[in-house]
Amino acid sequence: MSRSNRGPGSDAGVDSITNDGAPARRGAVSGEALRLSKADDKSWIGQSVERIEDLTLLAGRGRYIDDVGVPPGTLHAAILRSPHAHAEIRAINTEAARRAHGVAAVITAADVTKLSASLVVGVKAPIECWPIAGGRVRYVGEPVAVVVATDRYLAEDALELIEVDYAPLPAIVDPLAALDPKLPPLHEGLGGNIASDRSFRYGDPERAFAEAARKVSVSISYPRNSCTPIETYGIVATYDPGEDAYDVLANFQGPFSLHAVMARALKVPGNRLRLRTPPDSGGSFGIKQGVFPYVVLIGVTARVAGGPVKWVEDRLEHLCASVSATNRVTQLEAAVDADGRVRALSYDQIEDVGAHIRAPEPATLYRMHGNLTGAYDIRHLTVRNRVVVTNKTPTGLNRGFGGPQMYYALERLMQRVAVELKLDPIDVIRRNLVPAKAFPYRTASGALLDSGDYSHALDVALADGGFAELKKHRDVARAQGRIYGIGCAAVVEPSVSNMGYITTVLTAEERRRAGAKNGAQATATVAFDPLGGVTVHTASAPQGQGHRTVLAQIVADAFGLAPSDIRTVSEIDTARDAWSIASGNYSSRFAAAVGGAAHLAATRLKEKLAHTAAAQLNVPPAEIEFAGGRVRARGNPDNSIPFARLAATSHWSPGMVADGNQALRETVFWTPPELTAPTEADEVNSSLCHGFIFDFCGVEVDRVTGAVRVDKYVTMHDCGRVLHPGMVAGQITGGFAQGIGAALYEEFAYSPDGAFLAGTFADYLLPTTTEVPTPTILHIETPSPFTPLGAKGVGEGNCMSTPVCLANAVADALGITAIDLPMTPAKLAVHIHPTERVSGRVRGRS
Amino acid sequence: MKPARFDYLRAGTLAEAHATLAADGDDARILAGGQSLLPMLSMRMARPKVLIDIMHLPELAKIEADANAIRIGASVRQAKLLAWPALHERQPLLAAALPWVGHAQTRSRGTVCGSVAHADPSAEIPLVLLALKGAIHLSSRQKQRRVPAVDFFTGIMSTARNDDELIEGIEAPCRTPGHGYAFREFGRRYGDFAIVACAAVAHADGVRLAIGGVADFPTVRDYPDLSGTALDDALDGFAWELDARDDLHATGSFRRNLVRQLGRAVVEEARRCRA
Repeated sequence: MSRSNRGPGSDAGVDSITNDGAPARRGAVSGEALRLSKADDKSWIGQSVERIEDLTLLAGRGRYIDDVGVPPGTLHAAILRSPHAHAEIRAINTEAARRAHGVAAVITAADVTKLSASLVVGVKAPIECWPIAGGRVRYVGEPVAVVVATDRYLAEDALELIEVDYAPLPAIVDPLAALDPKLPPLHEGLGGNIASDRSFRYGDPERAFAEAARKVSVSISYPRNSCTPIETYGIVATYDPGEDAYDVLANFQGPFSLHAVMARALKVPGNRLRLRTPPDSGGSFGIKQGVFPYVVLIGVTARVAGGPVKWVEDRLEHLCASVSATNRVTQLEAAVDADGRVRALSYDQIEDVGAHIRAPEPATLYRMHGNLTGAYDIRHLTVRNRVVVTNKTPTGLNRGFGGPQMYYALERLMQRVAVELKLDPIDVIRRNLVPAKAFPYRTASGALLDSGDYSHALDVALADGGFAELKKHRDVARAQGRIYGIGCAAVVEPSVSNMGYITTVLTAEERRRAGAKNGAQATATVAFDPLGGVTVHTASAPQGQGHRTVLAQIVADAFGLAPSDIRTVSEIDTARDAWSIASGNYSSRFAAAVGGAAHLAATRLKEKLAHTAAAQLNVPPAEIEFAGGRVRARGNPDNSIPFARLAATSHWSPGMVADGNQALRETVFWTPPELTAPTEADEVNSSLCHGFIFDFCGVEVDRVTGAVRVDKYVTMHDCGRVLHPGMVAGQITGGFAQGIGAALYEEFAYSPDGAFLAGTFADYLLPTTTEVPTPTILHIETPSPFTPLGAKGVGEGNCMSTPVCLANAVADALGITAIDLPMTPAKLAVHIHPTERVSGRVRGRS
Repeated sequence: MKPARFDYLRAGTLAEAHATLAADGDDARILAGGQSLLPMLSMRMARPKVLIDIMHLPELAKIEADANAIRIGASVRQAKLLAWPALHERQPLLAAALPWVGHAQTRSRGTVCGSVAHADPSAEIPLVLLALKGAIHLSSRQKQRRVPAVDFFTGIMSTARNDDELIEGIEAPCRTPGHGYAFREFGRRYGDFAIVACAAVAHADGVRLAIGGVADFPTVRDYPDLSGTALDDALDGFAWELDARDDLHATGSFRRNLVRQLGRAVVEEARRCRA
């Protein structure tokens, strides 16, 4: 394992060349951040520099939404929520609550419908989506009334005085039941409970299935879960009647396309909804996207109350009613050659988005549309996508976003191909991988896989991860009578979403009428102050990852400075900052898109400075170099000026700067040309970058308790150029922990009548540090040719790969075919425990 | 998730606590660690008029032991008992079970007697007290009484304590020479409430086995010196008698199987420990 000690920044790791001529580097990154000293000629990019963010956060000085000061007189809101999964609201009596001590206002749907409009819905159907229930409640936890009082305690006291007369209705919980046309629709405008039903065909799948030597299929029911950030939703909203404008501070993470949805709902132009984010975030993993309906609700509440209103969601509200990932029922079939080569896939996906189709849903279903063939060269594909509504919490962004659901089906299928054809699972994967020489590779459904060397990554993972030893270990364990299995999974991790992919839910005709949507505008601003200091601002809405540190690395490299010389600002103010609809923190877009935009903005300023410096140093601009805090003539370091002096020139002496070279502040908007709108044939390049992951693991199932112990886990990543190895290891380790949670512990469970069963952290079980082993992390690097820095996203991959890798291992251990998550001890014990004989003595009531 | 309004009384004397309990009865709750009570207040599942904080009464803060028993006062935190140097020597079953009570963070606040008063069906301390034939010392303004553990736990979070009484302390018999003790538990995660917890005391005439996490309260059986299929049959009977139910975390059948298998393992371990 000596090779594992190399960091990805080490040139000694070069041992192969990818198709585009860039070296594919290999090495392992430990969970600890690497602390490297920077030689003068090396870049800061690629080093695990200390995080700018940490001193503040570790000293308890973070400025989270609940810590930020509020205007004097700010009122506090509490929300009354539905106890029913489905019920008609016959009457609401708020009189006693309005008279209660400290109460300023009580808001119901009557106020909200008067002062706002329905949230835009992403499918073509005459249905509405409100942030508060009107005539009907459709899930447990749906807001019914808001009380505003002088403090949260009094607001909660008054909630108890509101009388709601509910007439319960039958609930639809099972997505398959929602297909039944005889059941009454949750939304009258839909007719039934199917919100969208689209079929897609790529290549010649009918022929491939007709000619196939074998057909292999899996049937999957993927459960509901969420990545549960520590910090819940929070909002401070004010309404200025003088300007008819809202000012909202919210821990919203984007995408800022939803700003348009919020402004429309609040019935103001975009420039009259000023949306700001606090400096620090207590985590999101996608979930903070779901704060947006509450921005509308609390905005209206502030307008009615006549003053600033603060609302901080509590944990009970968060678990039952914030955002869940979708649950999905998938039938997936493969047409397979006798040697395990997969010729065609047929997907039937039924996506359960809960009670409302809340923007940007049904995006969870379409985010992976270009990647339905995974890491494999499969040219024939059919897809049927149905979106159903049920009496469950509306869904939204959640780390992995569609990847966990899709890859669970695809990689379970690949394992079944190996089992049914009696082949080695590794051979089946290898035989089907997209070949290295094929990049950039256009998938059957339209994704353009930018770069990679999947077979090489697989080889390195098996060799450096100790796969042969693991197989021997399994043999020994089994010989001892232990229940031991090995699983693996190959995943293409998409990043930088095409803002147009969601329109794949529309027909080509509907898209033509709506106008093409595409691209992913990233933005960054770099500015010089009069002392020559450098400030960077982006609209990336970091949620704890360390964007500011990486921006400082990138810009420091451009100017020959140190990261500590660069100030970065990452909170967003839509009234003042550069932003666009793609702004925000999702689809692992920071490293590839925002980091790249910062690089481009710094480079533009650098070129201008070089021209000014050239005149002062009397050399051609091409001879100017930036290093060590000075700007100098190449080969003559004594002929130099301090960087700060040069950077301040356009402030103090603009007359000395040639036309076009004024260098004060540069804002770059960057969108990759590869992100085109869906074609007439429904092909869509749903994401810009595509990393590669190959995982394998060994698990043991306890013969007595059925508990799964993860004995060994190896995860190989190719995320292009690694900007900060420590943060990459952090992303992988965090995603892995959440993958363990999804695989073994977590489920937003509902009873058949729609009651919510996972309302506290005693019921919704997160893995803690004792349940999460340390994975072995390996890397190769094939830079993306489509991004300014060669980086790809790496934030979500293990949420996609780890659950199915573990499930494949458990299936191998127990020799079982069907396995759904979470793999609880009681579920697995059914396969281990002897059949219970009915005792002749005392029978329990059960 | 904010508590409803309540009064807070920091009792300066035991008599003051007794007087408040006598006056408010069911509307008063004793605060002794608060690791279960405070979340219940925040969720408004408990709505006492007054909380009586007994953590500042010196007479309740002691761990005392004589030749026969350990007495643990009502304000002794779980972490303090776990750190008591004589614990393993004096009572190995308590020493074995305490690390399973919550997490280090909750043990540093939670009290031994608070866990007994709360009487969660899965809690370890009530289970051990039952296996050891321990007792609970209750007092009110009127009187003091000693209730054997076997009579104390009466249902899910319900006990034989009267509304005007508080737990002054509990009493656990010391290790008896020639007895063997064992504890095992299975939960979904480290620190979770048990799905099945087993405590066994083996002695010359047989074994005493207590099971928690299955029935509404910890339940105990005394068996003669059984082995082989006779022990299997006894455990199978016990498993069925506990009326195991299905919930989010496990099925009744799963729990019965754990009673059979963990029960057997704990009985055998307790026997080995006699030697």
